[in-house]
Amino acid sequence: MNKMEQMDRTLKEPNLPNLNAPFSLREFIYGLLQPIIAVLLGLAFALLAVKFLGDSPLLVLKTLVKSSVGSREDFGMTLFYATPLIFTGLSVAIAFQAGLFNIGAEGQLMWGAMGAAMVGILGKNCPESVAPILGSLGAMIAGGIWGFIPGWLRARRGSHEVINTIMLNFIAVGVTSYLTLYHFKTTENQNPETGVVAPQFLFTKWTWFGDTPLNAAFILALLTAVLVWVLLWKTTLGYEIRAVGDNEEASRTVGIDSGKVRIIAMTLAGAVAGMVGINEVLGSAGKFKIGFSPEYGFIGIAVALLGRNRPLGVVFSAILFGALHKGTSALDLETEKVTRDFSQILQAMIILTVSATGFWEYVRRKTK
Amino acid sequence: MSESVVEFRKVSKSFGDLKANDEISFQVSRGSIHGIIGENGAGKSTAMKLLYGLYRPDADGGEIQVRGKKIDFRSPLDAIRFGIGMVHQHFMLAGPYSVLDNIILGAEPGSKLGPIDRNSARVKLKALSEKYGLSVPLDSPVEKLAVGVRQRVEILKALYRECEILILDEPTAVLTPPEVSNLLENLRKLKAEGKTILIITHKLKEVMSFADEVTVFRAGKVSGGLSIGDASLQKLADLMVGRSVRLTLDVPAREPEKNSVLEVKGISARRSGVSVLKSVSFSVFGGEIVGVAGVEGNGQSELLESLFHAAEAGVIDEGSVKILGENVASLSTAKILSLGVGYVPEDRHEQGLMLDRSVEDNFILGQQANYAWYGWLRKRWIRAGVARAMEAFDIRPRRIDLKIRGFSGGNQQKVIIAREFEKNPKCLVVAQPTRGVDVGAIEFIHGRILQARAEGVGVLLVSSELDEILQLSDRILVIYAGEIVAEFKRGEADENRIGGVMGGGSRGQR
Repeated sequence: MNKMEQMDRTLKEPNLPNLNAPFSLREFIYGLLQPIIAVLLGLAFALLAVKFLGDSPLLVLKTLVKSSVGSREDFGMTLFYATPLIFTGLSVAIAFQAGLFNIGAEGQLMWGAMGAAMVGILGKNCPESVAPILGSLGAMIAGGIWGFIPGWLRARRGSHEVINTIMLNFIAVGVTSYLTLYHFKTTENQNPETGVVAPQFLFTKWTWFGDTPLNAAFILALLTAVLVWVLLWKTTLGYEIRAVGDNEEASRTVGIDSGKVRIIAMTLAGAVAGMVGINEVLGSAGKFKIGFSPEYGFIGIAVALLGRNRPLGVVFSAILFGALHKGTSALDLETEKVTRDFSQILQAMIILTVSATGFWEYVRRKTK
Repeated sequence: MSESVVEFRKVSKSFGDLKANDEISFQVSRGSIHGIIGENGAGKSTAMKLLYGLYRPDADGGEIQVRGKKIDFRSPLDAIRFGIGMVHQHFMLAGPYSVLDNIILGAEPGSKLGPIDRNSARVKLKALSEKYGLSVPLDSPVEKLAVGVRQRVEILKALYRECEILILDEPTAVLTPPEVSNLLENLRKLKAEGKTILIITHKLKEVMSFADEVTVFRAGKVSGGLSIGDASLQKLADLMVGRSVRLTLDVPAREPEKNSVLEVKGISARRSGVSVLKSVSFSVFGGEIVGVAGVEGNGQSELLESLFHAAEAGVIDEGSVKILGENVASLSTAKILSLGVGYVPEDRHEQGLMLDRSVEDNFILGQQANYAWYGWLRKRWIRAGVARAMEAFDIRPRRIDLKIRGFSGGNQQKVIIAREFEKNPKCLVVAQPTRGVDVGAIEFIHGRILQARAEGVGVLLVSSELDEILQLSDRILVIYAGEIVAEFKRGEADENRIGGVMGGGSRGQR
């Protein structure tokens, strides 16, 4: 290739200065320190609230740790809860890198689950070798469409994605419920859910961690995080997404079609959020249940925030939020006054401490 | 020289590791106009902010005396009480409020809880504006006023608070030449009434014309203080830069080539119902520099839009643009730029750079596909390209990992210049290339533009710096209210003549 040869010759020029960026340990530590301190501070505030309620903060803390990572099964549950949060966190992060705020992960993941369920129910005669892949694609495409719509509206009609994604969340609830109750309703019981997908679609072969519902979707989530990182930081498309997110006007000036880039980013975000459906339908429940998501989409915003919109950060913060979810579920039994709703206080405290960016800048300046 | 009213004694101010002011010492005589000059980042604004109470000096950072007393201002309020006023470069006015309300804002006459006593303010302001010849319409909303009038409002605001010492930050940057002379007139009157005026500026010619004494800043230190009788343009420039600078350019004569690189035919455009371009036509040929002179906001931005975003709805109503022989009416911006066009946009922060990204990321902006192999960015290629450009364009510091935000204005601009010139374009569109750029970088950038001309590149230069236009352009077009109102050849016109046309005065030959 001509361009390549030319570039390689440039590289061999003798007088090029060495411009390799020095690795800054200080920057790296600061990057890590901020979320860690935020979490510890949030935890401290929440435990203070426990003290005021009259329960023992120590007991609450012990219960949290024991119940989230105390045994193999507990840890399995933690990772199972983390899986959808990795997807929604990545979804919010992709949109954020393009300068968009995706509040629609909740609607997108509902469509993802519905997509997987529909493929699984309708594709009874699908061969076993491709069934899980087709089911997964169903989830991604359905979620992707639900991301494409607000992306297109923003790029071509100028209407703000925050409004549109919120609206689309309501529509997603309505339409998936309608499909569940009037077209795919289970005949086996009175629950508001669809029938079970054909068995060849299920990830039953790839489950481990004993009795826990943890399944191959977790591995898929980690893989997705890696792919998102590669896309955003190693390809021209990712460069364009981040350029539009950083300075849309400058991107437009140099000829990047920011509308197209935003549509692509929002579609990707929708597809990744839709992958929650893989974990839910193909990995564990086997069907679409109305109201299955305890607001994974919205927690995903917090996950992305704590993970600083970086794929690796999202994975770690999703696991932390999964652990909180699992850990607090045991509080009902172990403590007198504190209930599992404590997880919401904890989440809120962490979000508040992370959001206090002004405070972080202050700390940073003072310590310099 | 008369007694000094302001005196800096070894004043220092640091921000982190950076010493913005390093043992600054100088004196300002009572009743004088005192020019504070220096390049961007030389510390002149910091010094004035110390005087106005926006910053406080370092703990062991010397002292500032005003009227013989050591000052310790905690906020501008203290400074105002001490008779110091400041007119910021970006005016601090509330657009929809009337002039009167803007002036009394924060110092409303009348009791705390009672109604505002506008009448007493009106009487006082009338007297002030008569005394100093500062006429302003007291009841019009500020947003309806021209920039020059807004500036008078700001000055009146300071006088209303009974200031004796007035600081003006780059007061002429946004004014037309007639407005500038009007301002100078006003300042002389203030001086005659015994006020002391400090003017921060980087325009050496203006300092020479109005100041009584000058303090020159360089790299956080005072590099010279002299009365205007001892100063010359060359001397001031050398003190500012720290070496001998060439203020005038050698521009060799050159016949333009026969091929036109840019042809604009009768373009008109409207924005929200208002006509912003009125049948603008001109051509740029290879090997020539065509300058578009004009006060900002007279259609320059829309003209640039219509060159590069012609296909977007509502950019051009009528007319056509041909770049390097291609009609661009239906071409995307990416396609137009890939014809062989380099484009340095007007506003480098808004349109040219991603401030929080590295030099590397900014260098490939718009050319990411050229540094990629089937969609994969090639780090090695990018590094090589950036390394070469940083050498060739002397971008400092030579660090590709630093955020662009951390570079000086001149070096930020050089990154854009490097990016666009390294494409080897045949047509260059360069807008406000030296705005907020230091003297050294201006010299460099002008040299590069002339070099491109020598290589046969056709250059369209849009600038509101008249000096720049006059020095570089082979032909000068003057734009006023969206219309090309005059055209001059090199050497045909001087500053005064073009300045008059720029302000909407008599039309030149066309």
